[in-house]
Amino acid sequence: MSVTATKSRYQSAEFADRLRRRYAAERRFRLAGMAAVGIASLMLVVLLGSIVGKGYTAFWQTQIRLEVTFDKAQVEEGNTMPLLRQALYAVVPEVTDRAGRRSLNELLSSGAPYQLEAMVKANPALVGTKQTVWVLADDEVDQFMKGFIRRDVPESERRLNDIKIGALDKLAAAGAVKSAFNTTLFTAGDSREPEQAGIWGAIVGSFLTLTVTMLLSVPIGVAAAVYLEEFAPKNRWTDLIEVNINNLAAVPSIIFGLLGLAVFLGFFGMPRSAPLVGGLVMALMTLPVIIIASRVALKAVPPSIREAALGVGASPLQTVAHHVLPLAMPGILTGTIIGMARALGETAPLLMIGMVAFIVDIPHGLTDSATALPVQIYMWADSPERAFTERTSAAILVLLAFLILMNGLAVFLRKKFERRW
Amino acid sequence: MSVQTQYPTASVPPRAETQVRAGGPGVKMVARDVKVYYGAKQALKGIDLDIQENRVMALIGPSGCGKSTFLRCLNRMNDTIENCRVEGLIALDGEDVYGRTIDAVQLRARVGMVFQKPNPFPKSIYDNIAYGPRIHGIATHRDEMDEIVQTSLERAGLWNEVKDRLREPGTGLSGGQQQRLCIARAIAVSPEVILMDEPCSALDPIATAHIEELIDELRENYTIVIVTHNMQQAARVSQKTAFFHLGEMVECDDTEEIFTNPRDERTQGYITGRYG
Repeated sequence: MSVTATKSRYQSAEFADRLRRRYAAERRFRLAGMAAVGIASLMLVVLLGSIVGKGYTAFWQTQIRLEVTFDKAQVEEGNTMPLLRQALYAVVPEVTDRAGRRSLNELLSSGAPYQLEAMVKANPALVGTKQTVWVLADDEVDQFMKGFIRRDVPESERRLNDIKIGALDKLAAAGAVKSAFNTTLFTAGDSREPEQAGIWGAIVGSFLTLTVTMLLSVPIGVAAAVYLEEFAPKNRWTDLIEVNINNLAAVPSIIFGLLGLAVFLGFFGMPRSAPLVGGLVMALMTLPVIIIASRVALKAVPPSIREAALGVGASPLQTVAHHVLPLAMPGILTGTIIGMARALGETAPLLMIGMVAFIVDIPHGLTDSATALPVQIYMWADSPERAFTERTSAAILVLLAFLILMNGLAVFLRKKFERRW
Repeated sequence: MSVQTQYPTASVPPRAETQVRAGGPGVKMVARDVKVYYGAKQALKGIDLDIQENRVMALIGPSGCGKSTFLRCLNRMNDTIENCRVEGLIALDGEDVYGRTIDAVQLRARVGMVFQKPNPFPKSIYDNIAYGPRIHGIATHRDEMDEIVQTSLERAGLWNEVKDRLREPGTGLSGGQQQRLCIARAIAVSPEVILMDEPCSALDPIATAHIEELIDELRENYTIVIVTHNMQQAARVSQKTAFFHLGEMVECDDTEEIFTNPRDERTQGYITGRYG
């Protein structure tokens, strides 16, 4: 009797209806989930697409071919710009007036003479001879060749006047204008002239900063985590410390910058704009992240391993050093790399301690003035020149590449060394 | 003959005195009025027990009766537990293990332990065995270490199964093999006493039989204390059995006596399966 009753309840039309509604709810939920993922992916594609679309042109740079006579007197005087100009005037002999020639002068990068000087330095035999040289074009020429400055607008509204365009057309017709890979971008420091500006100075600055950060925050962070997790008694004080560490991880980074400004620069009188100070500030910022990640990793090591080691007579320190820490290492590494990646992308605290300065030289030490990659991006984004727009995007691409590399490394290490019980 | 009547609790020497009168001939470890507290909760209410040399002592009793807690007092594994407090006296060869002359690390080298769940280190089989001797500086040369590893594995009855794959991870073995590996790891440091906390509870009957045989063989060289839920196992492997109930040691006698002629009705109730 009761069996029949149960059977009929689960076979009734009402139950079938309820079942259908359950499945419908599940389908709706899955659709919503897929839509969410789809929107997120679309946003990512749009973001990356816009950056790549704006930035890829920066990896190429226009160069102009000139037949330069290395005049002995001029070269020894260190005054090679006139040599380049003479070569350029020879290509466009019809322009003879001062205004016209000044326009022609502006076709060449102001850094072009350094190129000649470097050539002579490398090979002194060049002096007195006539050579074919590819020199950097001015950034506006570059933008024109890339199509960002249109020739169909009236001359008065155009960045390049008719004389320049005429000369460029003539050069182009002779095959004397080419687009080459922009090595300057990866080898030079910052510059007021976009065609001479590069991110190498910022990369070195970032590297020095991160080195300081890592050397400080990893040992201190891991040691703190090991002590708190394995040795410290659980009482009100350690609870207080834990709460504070968690709070520190959520403190806005600019506050750390202010702290660095007040303590490291103000109180200790450390140099401004130095990677040393940047690294110290970043280390303070990264410490809570590393401590939290390390504690989670240590907590994940099963207690049976600790008991096993203690059971054969290992001291508590041996237990941690020989067994617990090696097993927690993949997690600690992952946390550390993600913390470092965050520090690499951090800008705000560096602004506070003066790493936002315009620095042309490549830093050679921890106390040299330097800037960092994200700060470089920030500064270029602020520059009015059209050529800096594409360089900003290019620098973002380089930064993204580093971040993806670091996160990829974290995933790889976790997969490789992860152990399961 | 009851052990308690022979050594009344009133004769417990003061804590400061580290030299304790040995519990008579053939007695390896002595417990007198051992009380354990987890915070405010009392887990053991004054245990008196003598553990005899080269015998297997089984501790039986229902879950939560304190037998594992008592076992972990014997090599001070309870030290690692927060809020755990041990009172009373536990002596190894007449020395107070909570006294000044014995260090916890040294004690654990002399009183080894095998745990409920096999817990080999996630290292090679060889390194699992060699770890203890290495940190205690027992072997100075590779040859010596190789020998220790081989004898330990032989004694644990595992040598023939793993001799060709000593470099493979210990975690890759089967459950029963892992537990024998843990026993081999415990005997590699040449302890005097081996504590086993339900060593077979995670194993199948065949692996269990293997371990039981092993325990019987090990008795020749070691004093063994084993906690078990399985009364047949206690009957099979032990010479002495102690019955624990609600933090008290109800009865301790020869295993045969306990199982055939228990004096306390609680013991009888547990053995006959009325509760537990």
